[in-house]
Amino acid sequence: MHYIAPSRVNDFAFKLANVNGTGSASANGLVMQAIFRMGIPVCGKNLFPSNIQGLPTWYEIRVNKQGYAARAPEYDLMVAMNGQTYKRDIKEVRSGGYLMYDSSWPLDPDLLRDDIHYIGIPLAEMCTAQFGEPRERILMKNIAYAGALCAALDIDMDVVNALLDEKYSAKKALRDSNSKALQLGYQFAKQNFDCPLPFRLEKMDANSDKILIDGNTAAALGCVYAGATVAAWYPITPATSVMDAFKAFCEKYRKDPETGDNNYLILQAEDELAAIGMVIGASWNGARCFTSTAGPGISLMSELLGLAYYAEIPAVVIDVQRVGPSTGMPTRTQQADLLTCAYASHGDTKHILLFPANPNECFHMAIQAFDLAEQFQTPVLMLSDLDIGMNDWVVDRLRFNESYQPNRGRVLDSEALKKIPKFQRYNNEDENFVAARTLPGVDSKGSYFVRGSGHNKFGGYTEIPEEYQEVMDRLLKKHSASAKFVPPPVIEKREGARFGIIAIGGCDPAVKEAHDILTERGIPADYMRICGFPFPDSVEKFLEEHPFTFIVEQNRDAQLKALLTLETGIAKDKMKSLLFYSGFPLSASHVVDQILKEIA
Amino acid sequence: MPSITKPLATHPTAQRNQLGLTIRDYEGSMSTLCAGCGHDSITAAIVRALWEQSTPPHRIAKLSGIGCSSKTPTYFVNGAHGFNSAHGRMPAIAAGAIAANCDLTYIGVSGDGDSLSIGLGQLSHAIRRNLKMVYVIENNGVYGLTKGQFSASADLGSKSKRGEANRMAPIDPVRLGLSLGATFVARSFSGDKEQLVPILRAALSHRGFALIDVISPCVTFNDHNGSTKSYLHTRRYSRQLVESDFVPHADEIVADITSAGTTAVKMHDGSTVMFRSVPADYDPTDRAKVSAYLDQHQKDGQILTGLLYIDGESPDVHEMNRTSATPLRELDYSKLCPGSAALDALQEDYR
Ligand SMILES: Cc1ncc(C[n+]2csc(CCOP(=O)(O)OP(=O)(O)O)c2C)c(N)n1
Ligand code: SF4
Ligand SMILES: [Mg+2]
Repeated sequence: MHYIAPSRVNDFAFKLANVNGTGSASANGLVMQAIFRMGIPVCGKNLFPSNIQGLPTWYEIRVNKQGYAARAPEYDLMVAMNGQTYKRDIKEVRSGGYLMYDSSWPLDPDLLRDDIHYIGIPLAEMCTAQFGEPRERILMKNIAYAGALCAALDIDMDVVNALLDEKYSAKKALRDSNSKALQLGYQFAKQNFDCPLPFRLEKMDANSDKILIDGNTAAALGCVYAGATVAAWYPITPATSVMDAFKAFCEKYRKDPETGDNNYLILQAEDELAAIGMVIGASWNGARCFTSTAGPGISLMSELLGLAYYAEIPAVVIDVQRVGPSTGMPTRTQQADLLTCAYASHGDTKHILLFPANPNECFHMAIQAFDLAEQFQTPVLMLSDLDIGMNDWVVDRLRFNESYQPNRGRVLDSEALKKIPKFQRYNNEDENFVAARTLPGVDSKGSYFVRGSGHNKFGGYTEIPEEYQEVMDRLLKKHSASAKFVPPPVIEKREGARFGIIAIGGCDPAVKEAHDILTERGIPADYMRICGFPFPDSVEKFLEEHPFTFIVEQNRDAQLKALLTLETGIAKDKMKSLLFYSGFPLSASHVVDQILKEIA
Repeated sequence: MPSITKPLATHPTAQRNQLGLTIRDYEGSMSTLCAGCGHDSITAAIVRALWEQSTPPHRIAKLSGIGCSSKTPTYFVNGAHGFNSAHGRMPAIAAGAIAANCDLTYIGVSGDGDSLSIGLGQLSHAIRRNLKMVYVIENNGVYGLTKGQFSASADLGSKSKRGEANRMAPIDPVRLGLSLGATFVARSFSGDKEQLVPILRAALSHRGFALIDVISPCVTFNDHNGSTKSYLHTRRYSRQLVESDFVPHADEIVADITSAGTTAVKMHDGSTVMFRSVPADYDPTDRAKVSAYLDQHQKDGQILTGLLYIDGESPDVHEMNRTSATPLRELDYSKLCPGSAALDALQEDYR
């Protein structure tokens, strides 16, 4: 039974199944970028294994003219390039959808479904005939299916050619083989199948003020614009590309034009214990410094995060969350470091957290992380995740306000020290309970001893209960005061809302879409996305205003709900958890289905 | 850590250094360590060396981990900034601090527990990075602050206070440093200020990581019969392998450099280290020879002391990374921010 779907323009999803390490990423990226250049809202998710070569990997592309950017719930087309996963890939095609495969080898008849269409392209055969080198044949097979996709989906060939021109401007031979492979796939599909398919692309103008960027690159750029000069890190998926990008940007922007010297220093530490130590040392000494890591690194950093908290030393940590516990699934996404980060380290500790929801926010919040860390002389952790950090997102262009000046917090120089009778490190706090600090090397009058051991407000060692408590109480007030400075929640209200939905970070695209779908179905709700911790008053107010709320988050243990329960006066039975922790990004239907079930 | 403020009284005739400061200006708070603790003598040597070097107190950064030894930065140079960090983590804090500002004098004080057990990894990598700092291990063979457990530097067969013998091979910071590429390696004894002060001064002039292992008896937990880190044992078995003098930049070298058994090593800052009575088959600038010599002569339980190895040529962390000569923390924001036009231009690559 063949079923023809109604023609759909700029509203469909397809998935590419590949073997990792075969060069498919560049073909998939090409398709994604071409669609972006056609001005159409698009979102791509790379679902890859923790492996270098030979395991299955998938890339999903969803095109949506309304701009919904969450993962698609089903696929109109599957490009099945991995024999190992044919069976499950074919299963995932929606009824009436299409399967594109390499017809150089016949498909196992057991795999045939009668409710989908098959597009066989003899990719290997064509590429073996046209290309000599074995490696080139493999690489070009990918470009050939990209060519077939151009025909099937009506991807503008001029756009694709322009992209290849840019990419291979210096490598003519590569450019030529890419064109040839692209044409092979394109022509074969055109000549043998009814192209374009019923779902296809048409140029739009939605992207003129957008860029296509991943969150780690954007975060690294934020660190450059924040004026970070020292960075310390230990390699870990999915955070490694933060430092790769930071290094690349520094090579571009931080080389002294006259001397060729570097106006930055990146220290690849021996482990995360050391990485955070370096951040603390550099920040103590007056440089802006950061580290990027993932959950396992946060566990190791916990010890010294407590030192930075107690001794009041700025520290910026970018945590690109992945699936835990332990090594977990390093290439899958989750939001499961919330509680660990909020209270990292032994004793009474509390940190400032920022929750970016997309790469644009990674850029801005990275800058803000440095300002907050120095203003409040404390660690600030920006919690991104693998989905935000490693996938290319279509986001608003980054704008940088030229009048921005870093907020270096209360630091006394020699002049300021002259005006006071005596410097006392933890005394004379401002309205936000922050006392002034001094930097080493500046003035003996400002010298003091940083210590993680018990100290009084003068900075001296103490074991006297009142003196110890006085400092601890101020630290708590300081942490609370920072709530007014972290980014406020983003709230979207709907007329007649019966309940609230709360989410953080990378849940946003799915929840936004779900929010609209519910409204359309006559179930209006208010939506609040939390952007920082400690929670601003508006968070508690939102919770109070609604008879009940759904808390959407990507972990098993309802960590955001736990944090809200601990840090607000709201009864926990007013909050219902919607938990997703499979490791894949959310789609709107996950959220809608669960909410419908709950309110039924 | 507890400390007691010292009364401020300076004898009017007290000697002054090039900055016009007396040695009292390099002192810290009163020590609260056990009377007779080796660590206090090392503190005194550090005070002396810094005073003699005329290092401005506010240009000194003193760092430590946790332990009795790590408490001592409170007891020297009150006018310096200090960082008493966490157990075994001082090398990383120092690395970050040095990254931010290449221009200060960094002196790290640690213990054998702090550096050879919990902090062995960080120490190793600080050596490899050749951080420009003086790193003193106050080595007593035990964890003093946690009441006398064996540390990783306890010698085979050395007895604890309760009579138990240590059964594991020790980690010798000197050999560790040599094998990891340390550019300045010395061993001394807290009871030998004559030797220690010039070594410290040379270390302060060294451009790179200056590792000094100082045997420093713990009178409370490891100074008994059967201990190989007691005063008695150290006095009996230590032998000064090379004698070194430190000649500051300004002073004229009077000794005959060419005479047999004498070697002069020029330091990066223009000062000179003069080695005297060097054994015939020993060259303090030849890592392989130094290692071989130690292997041969330490077997019989001798504790060889002195400035054992020096390499003034290898690049430090900043040279390796070609960091700007201006300390990074002093670079103006206008130099660091590429600006909005650059951001706009860059974003064309993301379209
Ligand atoms: C993470 C951690 N574990 C354990 C301790 C307890 N502790 C404090 S000092 C010390 C050993 C210090 O030995 P050493 O560095 O040799 O210093 P010493 O007291 O002998 O001078 C230990 C284990 C600690 N402070 N932190
Ligand atoms: S316990 Fe040992 S190391 Fe600690 S202060 Fe006393 S003598 Fe020194
Ligand atoms: Mg010890």
